[in-house]
Amino acid sequence: MAKHRGRGVATINYPIGMNLGGDPSQALVHSNPSGKFTVALSSIDLGQGMKSVTRQICAETLGVPVEDVYVDTADSDTGPHCMGSFASRGTHRVGNAVMTAAREARGVMLEAAAEELEVDPGDLETDGKGFIRVKGAPHRSISVRDVAIAAQFRQGKTISGRGIFLVPLSDVDPETGEMSPATCYAHACLIAEVEVDDETGEITVLKMTSTYEIGRAINPKLVEQQLVGGSWMGMSHALYETPEPYYPDTRNGPRDFNEYLMPGPGDICPHDIIVLERPAPDGPFGAKGPGEMCANPVLPAVANAVFNAVGVRINDLPITPEKVLRALKARGGSSATNGRTR
Amino acid sequence: MKTPIQFHLNGEEVAAFVESGANLLDTLRESVGDLSVKGGCWQGTCGACTVLIDGVPRVSCVTLAETCAGKSVETVAGLRHGPDLHPLQHAFMERFAAQCGYCTPGMLMAAKALLDRNPSPTRADVVDALCGNVCRCTGYEPIIEAVLDAARSDNRRRA
Amino acid sequence: MLEFRKDIFADERDDNLIEIGQPTARQDILGHVTGTSPYYDDHRFGNLLHLKILRSPHAHARIRSIDDSAAARAPGVKRIIRAADVPVNLNTLLSLIQFGKDDEPSLASDVVRYKGEPILGIVATSERAALEAMALVRISYDQLPAVFDVEEALKPGAPSVNATYPKNTFEYYGKYDHQKLRFGEVEQAFKQADIVLEDRYQMSPIEHAPIETNGSITVPDTNGRFVVYTSTQALFFSLDTSAKINAMQSNQLHFIGGTVGGGFGGKVDTMTEPLCILAARLTGAPVRYRFSRHEEMQFGSPRGAERIYVKDGVMKDGRIVARLVRAYFDSGAYTRLSSYAVVKCVAHIPGPYTIPNVHADVFCVFTNRTPATAMRGFGVTALDFALECQMDKLAVAVGMDPLEFRILNAYRDGDMKAHRREAKNCALIECAQVTAEKANWPLRDEFRRMSSRQGGGAARTGGPDRTRAPAIAPAVAPPAAVPQRVAYERPTPVAAPPKAPPSPSPQGGPPPSAPSPAGSSHGAPRFSSVFGTRRR
Repeated sequence: MAKHRGRGVATINYPIGMNLGGDPSQALVHSNPSGKFTVALSSIDLGQGMKSVTRQICAETLGVPVEDVYVDTADSDTGPHCMGSFASRGTHRVGNAVMTAAREARGVMLEAAAEELEVDPGDLETDGKGFIRVKGAPHRSISVRDVAIAAQFRQGKTISGRGIFLVPLSDVDPETGEMSPATCYAHACLIAEVEVDDETGEITVLKMTSTYEIGRAINPKLVEQQLVGGSWMGMSHALYETPEPYYPDTRNGPRDFNEYLMPGPGDICPHDIIVLERPAPDGPFGAKGPGEMCANPVLPAVANAVFNAVGVRINDLPITPEKVLRALKARGGSSATNGRTR
Repeated sequence: MKTPIQFHLNGEEVAAFVESGANLLDTLRESVGDLSVKGGCWQGTCGACTVLIDGVPRVSCVTLAETCAGKSVETVAGLRHGPDLHPLQHAFMERFAAQCGYCTPGMLMAAKALLDRNPSPTRADVVDALCGNVCRCTGYEPIIEAVLDAARSDNRRRA
Repeated sequence: MLEFRKDIFADERDDNLIEIGQPTARQDILGHVTGTSPYYDDHRFGNLLHLKILRSPHAHARIRSIDDSAAARAPGVKRIIRAADVPVNLNTLLSLIQFGKDDEPSLASDVVRYKGEPILGIVATSERAALEAMALVRISYDQLPAVFDVEEALKPGAPSVNATYPKNTFEYYGKYDHQKLRFGEVEQAFKQADIVLEDRYQMSPIEHAPIETNGSITVPDTNGRFVVYTSTQALFFSLDTSAKINAMQSNQLHFIGGTVGGGFGGKVDTMTEPLCILAARLTGAPVRYRFSRHEEMQFGSPRGAERIYVKDGVMKDGRIVARLVRAYFDSGAYTRLSSYAVVKCVAHIPGPYTIPNVHADVFCVFTNRTPATAMRGFGVTALDFALECQMDKLAVAVGMDPLEFRILNAYRDGDMKAHRREAKNCALIECAQVTAEKANWPLRDEFRRMSSRQGGGAARTGGPDRTRAPAIAPAVAPPAAVPQRVAYERPTPVAAPPKAPPSPSPQGGPPPSAPSPAGSSHGAPRFSSVFGTRRR
């Protein structure tokens, strides 16, 4: 009886947005009388950070500090249509819609400021701190707040904007499957190191190392949340959970968290994550979306690591101790595949 | 036939009429109006509804309300002192230890119970204290780090 | 824990940004740590009623009779909701985008097709009263043979699960029971391959298990409208589905949500809102329909199981020359979103690799189990498991390092993909190289020098004429480039001159294709003017 270590790898990509497109999102951006902006959406934050990502995208596009932007969602009376939060579409689709709306609002804001400063709008820039100033002559400036007051009460302008982003729906050829599934893809590589106990069949994930290419990290901490949480879920899919443990036999399905197994805080492992950014030409600031892909590479990486550790291939998920022991028994015992652990 | 009970909630005396067999979670949310406690499974297996009863973490969904008469109940709504957040709340914010936020109230109460009895926990102590609270979003690591941060900052303040 | 390699692809980026890239605190984090973030259930109404659903105990049965008279009289019960009460009692979720036929009732009336299928709704003053009344309902069933295995379900003589799709598969384009992918000539390539390797993979269903279960509260509002607090992941999707099932105008519904306690795909199916709204309409009172954890675990839709067969042909030098995939999505008793996942799966084949001959047939199969739905990685997760295990086996078979093997076969900018689109913006190779370096996984120099931006092109799949399947004329000409955004605006830096933004791709795309006769027969109203009719 022994514990064997092994490493396994997986490389994947992931399509961004609803397959074939046709999934629009809209946004409205407007300023209140004192230059604070609201983004009205019907998009949903399930924890992935929709409200936070769109807030930063809006602030960047408007050229104002993020503290001066608030995202309000989700209300079907005030938020324009959004297809929903799924298919890793949020940052890309909603982010783009917010950018378009913010761009329109920024245009009005600069026009209003130009009128106040008696210059051309093209001569102006935002400092990202709440002021609009003449390029090359920063002492000639006006606060966003004063611009908002002037626009509303003197000039009769509404500092607001509308945005919609739609990837047009693609056809699918029934005979060949020719189609345009997505306009951009994110990428990942993940190496999992495991230890397999050949007496109990238990698998411990010791370490994960991964690289994710996601176009542009709008907020590195939100990206980290997804990649860490996702890799935990991937480990859970690979080794622990299913509502049908004897699929396709439907019996003995778990009814609560005691019976539905998932790794707990004592089962997690260190995970080194590196992020690359190759901007998507049609992403907001190049951003793609990491929300779904972050679980995927763990499943095969762990399966491949088990093979590297004890020389058996498990093709059925989840990889339970029972399956490992049966496979070991079938091949007459364990063996590390090539004597060296990568 | 409803029974009147009185107990302390976050330092204030509260009262409610409860059906026989009513659980503390429903009593807090429906009768007393404390919506900061969340229900995840109503079976005592996920920890989302964790509250402190006389300082001990309990799953309120399977705690009979009547057994709380006269006791001190703490929920996340009582964690802050007026405008001042508890060090745990600061730490969770700084460590990005919440995504959907639904398990967070229960996590915070389980962590508070730990720090109240063990101000210098090891990582293993933290893991042990949190193993009754399920999180589906974060992968636990930022939560563990937040609790350790809170312990360190608490100790620095007291030192 | 997380670090950046900003040097890679730096020439394609302008990193001169102010708010983008900042680790700004989440807008909702204060609400989360104070327990004040408003989930759907954090709203209180004095006279709230509770809707509980009586569910089928059998996987497949004919309902012979229902006697709910005792339940209707039980203490606290305000209303029993029966199949006949549902204004439009047959729907499919994707009818909103004209994909598929209505196949799923909100409440079963004659046949139940999975254990847990809703049959009756009981609206009472407390959950306990509703559950006690439920125990008084008498239903007699004639059990029917059931099928639980996807390949068994496709055999002649298998029990028919879904009345709308009697052969147990979704219909694609009105003529096929699967989605095809045909690129090059796999059979010829298998004959020429040095090694042929095939295997079978199975992923069991997965439950989303968010800590907050599915639920909604409907409150009659003024002017005949209804406010619906909901845990949905897709506000208008749920609103329009609910409007269709209730035969209401969409503006009679006011949906409020946006703060959800985890979803992962399990809160798209609009499982509670339609009946919750109906209950509020029938009683005139606020109603909550909240899934218990047991309901969420076993009757809330899971990620569907997938069975995937992969057959690969590889040369001794490591090039994969052919990949054939046959896959079965277990949709459970009804379609929901699985029909769409099948196409997404096909789009993902053969993975991020350039393979000149690719063939796939992917099926959406009906069985007598809880209908499946989207989950994190929908259409892709199980396929990636199969393909990446297969890649490992191929590497071992040709005696190559598994990472080098992947880098060799990785797609590069300009390569032709099996769905006949040019690969662009690739980065698989760089991800592999960076991970190898970080994890001390040795790679030979040749592989450390490879790049996604070099070496790609149509020649890698055998030349431009390989983009056409031989002897079959294409049904449509390949569309022009998808509309691309212009470079983003950003504040001009004061000191340095602005760097030229990435060059914009051509604006404007093809005109939308003319609508063709739709395959669907549901007659659902179009909910958005942006959709044309899909050619399916």
